[in-house]
Amino acid sequence: MKTFQGKTLSWSVEDGAINLILDRAPCNEIGSLTLPELELFVKALPELQPDTHALIISSARKEGFCAGADLRELYRESQPLPAGERAGRLRDFLERIHRVMNAIDTAPLTTIAAVEGIAFGGGFEIALACDLIIADKTARFCFPELRLGLIPGFGGIPRLKRDLGNAVVRDLLLTGRSINSTKAQTVGLVSQVVSEGDALRIARSTAAQLKKFDRGTAIAAKTFIKPIPFDELRREIEIFCELFARPVVQEALRKFTESTDALPYLP
Amino acid sequence: MSTIQDTTNEVLALASTHFKVPLEKLSADDDFFKTLGINSLQALDLLTRIEQHFQIELPDYELQGVTDFRTLAERIQSRL
Repeated sequence: MKTFQGKTLSWSVEDGAINLILDRAPCNEIGSLTLPELELFVKALPELQPDTHALIISSARKEGFCAGADLRELYRESQPLPAGERAGRLRDFLERIHRVMNAIDTAPLTTIAAVEGIAFGGGFEIALACDLIIADKTARFCFPELRLGLIPGFGGIPRLKRDLGNAVVRDLLLTGRSINSTKAQTVGLVSQVVSEGDALRIARSTAAQLKKFDRGTAIAAKTFIKPIPFDELRREIEIFCELFARPVVQEALRKFTESTDALPYLP
Repeated sequence: MSTIQDTTNEVLALASTHFKVPLEKLSADDDFFKTLGINSLQALDLLTRIEQHFQIELPDYELQGVTDFRTLAERIQSRL
């Protein structure tokens, strides 16, 4: 499929760049609607690749790039299930989203996350799967999972560790604090900080520049410099599943689910 | 060196401009969630603008339980 318009995302090709646009209210939470459409996108990638050199992921939501996993849905749907089935469903969800993230991470294209507003949890992890992050001045990055008794579950820790120093990873992971785009650029996470609302435009301009380069060389360079930490990604799934089963996490998720605030784990 | 009053006034002006609430309707002891009619997502947006304006880094856990402009200004002041 060269173009797609789904319930939670769309994609199209323009000037050799695939534009994958997330668009699910309120802030592109990834759950049972978004995941199958992300899987469709990954399935369509081989067909899109011969005519493209770049992938740009952005959001159509004014609320931000992506607030991460749809934890409310995950909790509500898992509660009626027996413990064994609950664990199995969670693991299946994680295995599926990891396959999506790995496909984006290894795509033979130069991938760019155009981040405006929040990129939290799974949203941060989508950005981390990309080769470049271009963020506007409203962008914020955060792994809030520890506030719920969890760790990031979409491959965030191994990918952050791949890109940044361990001290920065510990800071973001263990404090759960959010950082703005300037700080994110200072620590080496963001390649370009741009004016408010300009991330997508600059991402497209960057993609247009990449088009001038030999495609095979770009793929060779990416493959050489961006190894996929498969063992750590597997371990992350195991740790997440172990943590998720604990009563303290279920209680935190219950409180989270009952709140109507956009980000109830934040002050 | 800015005083706490200067910082409070700057925060009020920033909030007024960004959330389009007349400055005269805001006061230092207001609950900014209520006065501005914002949720936690928008509060983070305010935090980002505060960090840019004052050129500071203010971890969001520093704002745990902070709901009024005066206390917010105190947290900012401690980072200036």
